[in-house]
Amino acid sequence: MFSRLLYGAQNTLGGAVIALAVALVIGIPTGLLAGYYGSWFDSVSSWVVNLVMALPAMVVLLASRAILGNTVWVLMIVMGVLVAPSFFRLVRGIVVTVRNELYVDAARVSGLRDWRIIGRHILIVVRGPIIVQISLVAGVAIGLQAGLEFLGIGSGSTPTWGAALNEAFQNIQRAPVLMVWPGVALGVTSAALVLFGSSVRDILEEGAGEPPRAVALPAEAPRDADSAPRGTLLSVRDLAVAYARDGGGEKEVVHGVSLDIDTGRILGLVGESGSGKSQTAFSVLGILPQGGRVSRGSITVGGTEIVGLPEKRHRGLRGRTIAYIPQEPMSNLDPSFTIGSQLVEPMRVTLGLGAAEARTKAIELLRMVEIADPERTFRSYPHQISGGMAQRVLIAGAMSCDPELVIADEPTTALDVTVQAEVLNLLRRLQSERGMGVLLVTHNLGVVADICDTVAVMEHGRIVETGTVAQVLTAPSHPYTQRLLASVLDESDVRPPWRDPSTEVTPA
Amino acid sequence: MNATPLIELDDVRVAFTGGGLRRTKTEVLHGVSLDIRPGETHGLVGESGSGKTTIGRAILGLVPLESGSIRFRGERIDGLRGTRRRALATQVQVVFQDPYTSLNPSLTIGDTLAEPLRAQGMGLADARRRIRELLDAVALPSGAADRLPREFSGGQRQRVAIARALAIRPALIVCDEAVSALDLTTQRTVLELLLSIQKETGVSYLFISHDLSVVRHMSHRVSVIYRGDIVESGDAAVVTSAPSHPYSRKLLLSAPVVDPAAQAERRRQFESEFAGARR
Repeated sequence: MFSRLLYGAQNTLGGAVIALAVALVIGIPTGLLAGYYGSWFDSVSSWVVNLVMALPAMVVLLASRAILGNTVWVLMIVMGVLVAPSFFRLVRGIVVTVRNELYVDAARVSGLRDWRIIGRHILIVVRGPIIVQISLVAGVAIGLQAGLEFLGIGSGSTPTWGAALNEAFQNIQRAPVLMVWPGVALGVTSAALVLFGSSVRDILEEGAGEPPRAVALPAEAPRDADSAPRGTLLSVRDLAVAYARDGGGEKEVVHGVSLDIDTGRILGLVGESGSGKSQTAFSVLGILPQGGRVSRGSITVGGTEIVGLPEKRHRGLRGRTIAYIPQEPMSNLDPSFTIGSQLVEPMRVTLGLGAAEARTKAIELLRMVEIADPERTFRSYPHQISGGMAQRVLIAGAMSCDPELVIADEPTTALDVTVQAEVLNLLRRLQSERGMGVLLVTHNLGVVADICDTVAVMEHGRIVETGTVAQVLTAPSHPYTQRLLASVLDESDVRPPWRDPSTEVTPA
Repeated sequence: MNATPLIELDDVRVAFTGGGLRRTKTEVLHGVSLDIRPGETHGLVGESGSGKTTIGRAILGLVPLESGSIRFRGERIDGLRGTRRRALATQVQVVFQDPYTSLNPSLTIGDTLAEPLRAQGMGLADARRRIRELLDAVALPSGAADRLPREFSGGQRQRVAIARALAIRPALIVCDEAVSALDLTTQRTVLELLLSIQKETGVSYLFISHDLSVVRHMSHRVSVIYRGDIVESGDAAVVTSAPSHPYSRKLLLSAPVVDPAAQAERRRQFESEFAGARR
């Protein structure tokens, strides 16, 4: 039995290899061409592919056996043609997305020929998915082939796993165990192929970077922090944020940050990317990304300690006391729901309003954020409004629960500068009308000068300087703040007019 | 002052064809004219959707023109294809905005830099030598050649992109938001790098940005583009500090400055000029 299996493997796997080779030779080049050039070739080939995919594979195989004769090899070639579309579709889909990548444009500008661009830049991207697809298709091919043999349609003379299954089936009364071995061989081979394919892919794309694992650890008890002064809305003391490392252990990214925001004041938290400013803001909101936790320190909002607060109570706080204005307005709106429903839903849940009431309030909020036609915006979908308008909608949403504290994370960074000026004006007006405290995270010192009362400068997870905006921006004391301000280009940094270098005596 | 322009755009119109059966065309550039002289930086400032990137892409031959012409050293280059277009690659290069997607993540820095050199038929040994020179010119260690883009920070990747653009000694580099994704201090060092390269090599830049202060610092001349039209053009000092067109004024007054007192004054002015006009 074992020897039959081994010998049958040669034919079974050989057949699968032929089918695969045919599929690859047809599928990949056409997919590359269709994806890269598009136009008529794309339309025609996609049409053909859809047609082939619509054909029932088994029936075509049976028919071709009747016409082309009864050998495994011919059947496998036909099968190759039938599975080629799965490669075509895969390759074409990836190529269409890669075609417009900037590095492909850069290669084109470098004067590379199209075939070199396809070979170097595009093939390298599709190879991973192709390898995985190969292992899947190989499994399918083996299975289909075994199915044919089992039905007794293959060439009866060649020993294959499917033929073995067939014979076993005929003798099922006498020796039922015979069924098991070809079945096991088929199953193990398919599984092995998939695992092999995935690991080859992983080796090729090695170190693509796994996301840090989530480790839920309770925060240590806050160190005895000096108590916050009265009248302080938000008080952060000795806050540290740590992320779980891949190999175990933790990496601290915020090292003992302390800051205060009084009611009705705006604090600007500035720093460059990686300084820990967003991590600090996320800690206050209790929405640190996976793997991150507050590892020490205390955060109080209106006197309530929120470090170590159960998630449910934290959520309640986020809905009512603390509001959040995110950086990317568009990606924070769900494209499949209207603006109105996205405003109404949270109000019904957190404030317990009825449908009509919530609707009235939503329109009122849209009017409050200076949207010209609130009724129409209420009915619009996110793709129908501009980025600036989307940010106004999110601000309206943040205001719906009458928050005491607003955390705004780079709220104008994604906006055009003229829109930014308007949104900042809006924020300033709302803040002074409602007496809210605002923590404004930004990298833009101009925005700080425009809207903030106090400012804290962060570098490498530490606050290096705090003070009033006038102090810090006009007379910075820390070297990092000085360097940051020196990098700002102001009106004196203007380039003089061009002069013809050929007529010039001393180069400017 | 009358040196012949290196590149000259005359009444350039670009339209994009929409999908669907009717294939409606949307014009995104409505007759843009500008020129750049040798060794000059021409700044192009505008907001998203203004068409500033499309101008760069038209020069690079990445989008077809609807009408108008682009001349390089007096010769028409719009509509060039195949070999003649590739020959132009030695003259016109590009630095894109996003240092994370403009480098192929699977190629080493050395391979990325070798690509344009090899495409121009340079031998392996010469290419290696040139790559060392280039890494040196953009202040990256020579060991960088064997490493992959993901091992570098945004600022370092942008240096690689600049090195790639410089590789074959072009006459013009299109810088499309080349420093917008960088941190303030990194941005400043990359800008200074671009200026010193220009001083040494005499390369021209088309410097495209949404940031008026960056354009002011980098450009001899500046054009302001608004919805596919250039609304104002002239010396940097005039256009970026005392503009006359209302849109250029709005751009200037909406960009906040870091001096709190000056910013309060600027905001007051912004509101008096534009607050009533909004919708």
